[in-house]
Amino acid sequence: MVKRRVKFTFPTELITESVIYELGHRYKVVTNIRRADVREDIGWVVLELEGAESEIADGLGWVAETGVRVDPVSGDVIQG
Amino acid sequence: MSYVTCLRCRGCGREYPVEPLNACDFCFGPLEVEYDYDSITRVVSRERIVEGPPTMWRYQDFLPVDADMALDMGTGFTPLIRAENLGRKLGLENLYIKNDSVNPTFSFKDRVVSVASAKALEFEFDTLACASTGNLMGSVAAHGAKASMNTLVLYPANLEKGKILGAAIYGATLVAVDGTYDQVNRLCSELADNHRWAFVNVNMRPFYAEGSKTLGYEVAEQLGWLAPDHCVVPGASGALFTKIHKGLKDLVRTGLIDSADTKMHIAQAEGCSPIAQAFNDGSKEVRPVIPDTLAKSLAIGNPADGPYALRTISESDGSAVIAMEDEIVEGIQLLAQTEGIFTETAGGVVISGLRRLVNQGVIKPDEVTVAYITGNGLKTQEVVESVVNPVHISPSYDAFEEAMAGR
Repeated sequence: MVKRRVKFTFPTELITESVIYELGHRYKVVTNIRRADVREDIGWVVLELEGAESEIADGLGWVAETGVRVDPVSGDVIQG
Repeated sequence: MSYVTCLRCRGCGREYPVEPLNACDFCFGPLEVEYDYDSITRVVSRERIVEGPPTMWRYQDFLPVDADMALDMGTGFTPLIRAENLGRKLGLENLYIKNDSVNPTFSFKDRVVSVASAKALEFEFDTLACASTGNLMGSVAAHGAKASMNTLVLYPANLEKGKILGAAIYGATLVAVDGTYDQVNRLCSELADNHRWAFVNVNMRPFYAEGSKTLGYEVAEQLGWLAPDHCVVPGASGALFTKIHKGLKDLVRTGLIDSADTKMHIAQAEGCSPIAQAFNDGSKEVRPVIPDTLAKSLAIGNPADGPYALRTISESDGSAVIAMEDEIVEGIQLLAQTEGIFTETAGGVVISGLRRLVNQGVIKPDEVTVAYITGNGLKTQEVVESVVNPVHISPSYDAFEEAMAGR
């Protein structure tokens, strides 16, 4: 079991979708929301995921396919 | 000694000890270094700074590193050049160029890596690491060599050879990852969680970012202990922009200058301008974008310090400006052909952005303006290859005269 800290950024059309709920149901991943800001036109959620490495990887792949942007919480590792 | 008191979460305000941490355990917000400004004010003076080394470490009292740990490769205190030729072209009487392309590895990254690597030594790490697409990896590799540390740089396998060479020459261990930038990014986060390595912009990030403040201190000192009316700064993650402003405010707070009413302007390229777009939309949220720009060193689609950069613009009554993609090379050429300074694409964005700010009347002709040039043009030669159009002749006097007749 591993833990991953990630940030999901929701485009306007996906703000009302239950992406995090679905992630926990489709994959064996525990989702733990720590910080969020959801507005009419954009929303982001910082959360911790816990589960098997492969489940987290597959789950994050699915989240990205829905159109939600996935970033590691540590910010911009790549700069310049 | 350093005057750091703690790390503090920028999200929820929780305090943390001074350790290699970059995120709050509670809300995962970014951590920032806090200082005891009363103590700094008691010891710091203009004389003390002037008597210091001719590098960024003359401002050691404001940095989160103990003095005897400073890793000084001669970084910083770079020239502030009165740009009369460029000023004349743009209609500015008091234009200055802060030329940070002359640092040891030819970019401002040496400032942040100097602090991060010194702090890594202080924390007794033996490995300095980063993921990068260019400027950062060269700087990390050079500082790792100077500090006699193991150095590890990760990069997307399709990166241009020239950029990789800039790290390889210092003896760094190179890891070419078959993946996108985002995938390398995620891999580094996982490595930082599982290995005791100093990733300069992951677990060293709070300290790393502080190095950029010196670009604010230096400009004020070089202007005769005055803050400029305007600063034009390239925008990627937004950290450089916010830290320059913090540097100017630090000088006021500690009594080294009387005031800093500097208007801060962030310049981004059309193909990656999430902060500028948010400013133009009047939004407090930065909407991530997929970068598609010539200015690779500014290509951060989801800038971690974006909201803080927007706050800096607002607090300073500044602005954001977008340079069109086809103006980037124009900006590079304009600076080269007026001031003899060859900058990389980020500098082209700054110069073209500056021109727009003047044309829009945001910057008035007599106002003291500083444009920050943060990287050397030799790093991105490929974007200006089209300027090479020699007159081709046979080796004879007549051929030369004939070819040059119409010029």
